[in-house]
Amino acid sequence: MDASGIGLWGVPLAILGGAIRVSTPFIFVSLGEAITERSGRINLGLEGTLVFGAMAAYAVAVITGSPWLGLVAAAFAGLCFGLFHGWICKFARVNDIAIGIALMQFGSGLAFFFGKPFIQPSAPDLPAIPLGAWSDIPQVQAALDVNVLFLIGAALAVFLWWAFRNTRAGLIVRVVGDSSDAARAMGLNPNTVRLIATGVGGALAGIGGAYLSLYYPGSWTERISSGQGLMAVALVIFARWNPLGCFAAALLFGGAGALGPALQSVGVTQGYYLFYAAPYILTLVIMIATSSPSRSLAGAPGELSITK
Amino acid sequence: MTAKFTLNRRELLKTSAAGAALGLASASFPIGRAFAASATVGFIYVGPKDDYGYNQAHAEGAASLKGIEGLSIVEEENVPETVDVQKTMESMINLDGASLIFPTSFGYFDPHMLAMCTKFPDVQFRHCGGMWNKDKHPKNAGSYFGYIGVGQYLNGVVAGHTTKTKKLGFVAAKPIPQVLLNINSFLLGARSVDPTITCQVIFTGEWSLAVKEAEATNALVDQGVDVITCHVDSPKVVVETAAGRGAFVCGYHANQSPLAPEKYLTGAEWNWAKVYKMFVDDLVAGNPLPNFTRGGLADGFVKMSPLGPAVGEPARKQFDATLAEMMKGGFAVIKGPLNSNKGAVVATAGQAFLENAIELESMDYLVDGVVGSTA
Repeated sequence: MDASGIGLWGVPLAILGGAIRVSTPFIFVSLGEAITERSGRINLGLEGTLVFGAMAAYAVAVITGSPWLGLVAAAFAGLCFGLFHGWICKFARVNDIAIGIALMQFGSGLAFFFGKPFIQPSAPDLPAIPLGAWSDIPQVQAALDVNVLFLIGAALAVFLWWAFRNTRAGLIVRVVGDSSDAARAMGLNPNTVRLIATGVGGALAGIGGAYLSLYYPGSWTERISSGQGLMAVALVIFARWNPLGCFAAALLFGGAGALGPALQSVGVTQGYYLFYAAPYILTLVIMIATSSPSRSLAGAPGELSITK
Repeated sequence: MTAKFTLNRRELLKTSAAGAALGLASASFPIGRAFAASATVGFIYVGPKDDYGYNQAHAEGAASLKGIEGLSIVEEENVPETVDVQKTMESMINLDGASLIFPTSFGYFDPHMLAMCTKFPDVQFRHCGGMWNKDKHPKNAGSYFGYIGVGQYLNGVVAGHTTKTKKLGFVAAKPIPQVLLNINSFLLGARSVDPTITCQVIFTGEWSLAVKEAEATNALVDQGVDVITCHVDSPKVVVETAAGRGAFVCGYHANQSPLAPEKYLTGAEWNWAKVYKMFVDDLVAGNPLPNFTRGGLADGFVKMSPLGPAVGEPARKQFDATLAEMMKGGFAVIKGPLNSNKGAVVATAGQAFLENAIELESMDYLVDGVVGSTA
């Protein structure tokens, strides 16, 4: 082995680095979806929100020169998409899953339409914190360049986990999610709570999009998301609607996604399609191992249309 | 809605699809149909036409035709390789009056383009790739392609002079013959400078996966690779990520130097403008169009990006000399003695495969010095 490469150490390092770099959009989208689903609604449109957020963030960053304004724009756009979903779904006999699919297409299409002029220009990136500065190995420094959004996402996961259990707002969301009747008996309006929960979920998904276009991979193209928003929605079920679980699952997916390229880079070149499938195989195994025919999914909100 | 004005579902779909297509075409070319054009040419892209890559290369070729008198161009981008492309072709023919169509993506050919060839025998179809076969396929179809492997060889020459670690990296989409030829050419170009150079390849498995391409680039840099090139639909992510990590990059498909002006060495680009001009000249003049069109650097089908500021004098010299030799014709990238990286002989001493050798179109090996596997 020569001095320039780090050989087999590259694999664990790439998984660590990948977990940090790739997971952030998963964290934000899945935390947003966790809030929405805890209130008893599913918003499948977050893929579209993610793509639109990526476009909006990039466009605003290009125009204003400030990635932070881009981030705000993405969150605001996501909020609008979420509120739109929440507003339509309050009408009787509206299927939230169908609306979500429609909004997924709508968000992506709108992003492509408005995003055309922004494919070519370069936008300023969101800053990273060099947590690897203690090391003199450039690979370690690169892996530990942690974006602030990752840290915010981690803090948010802990906060939501705490807030669902220990705050009045958390209790309200959970009650509405578990039983509309009980919520009405308490004097709560389930539609208002769900509207807010979907709006907040959309805003978080928009922030996830901003990370994609403004940090990693760090450019706006129409293929930027390649289904990450949908995966993140699925992660919520995988994480049993627990914010800490969402964070862990996002890290797992990020790290597992880095496994394939990293193994090839150290010369393990056979069967890379299998390595690329690793995250999905792992998901399947965990889902099968933890499911049971005799009870519904542990932690599933009672009002969720998939569990009703 | 009155009883007289009922639409059945099929009619409605047809009308709205046509309306949408018309809207799209007229939105992009508001004056295109106002002129009494003598010919209309259609271009269909699988992705966005400003992707810094494959589709942009084709769209630049199409854009170069726009000044030609009596010719109008219709384009549609982001058309999936499904029955959608048949609808696009049909609307280009029926609504825009296209008499020549270029479906530019590999997967458009079979069965979509072939179905349209049978349905519209008076319209000419030319597909980008190597699929058309004169014994099997209709005469109003055809294929055109460029030998871009020589361009990757030239990339390799510059990379070989630039690398300090003697490790090159290649982010590849899928192990198909054209991609393998590009990887092999890149390494062999570098080995013409220093035979100890190796090239690490990472396959992402898809033509366009931004995050995986970025991860692959990072993994390569982590392993000490200091010059990277790629064969994916949109090299933007690879170029930006590599340059961000301090590695040099060689481009592919189109000129990506604006993305990384300091780190961009050179790049192998398509020059479809030349190819499309040839077809259109024949069309306007009323000549029969060729069915089988191929060409390389010497024919102007392929070109190189201008050398970047980081390219040193020895690299520049060898680049110019190799390019001159290629322009003369008869330059073989794959020549013996040469083994695959599994040890099999792929060319014996004295054996040479010119760029138009049909054997190269079924390449299934990586040459000695490439670290990677085709499966």
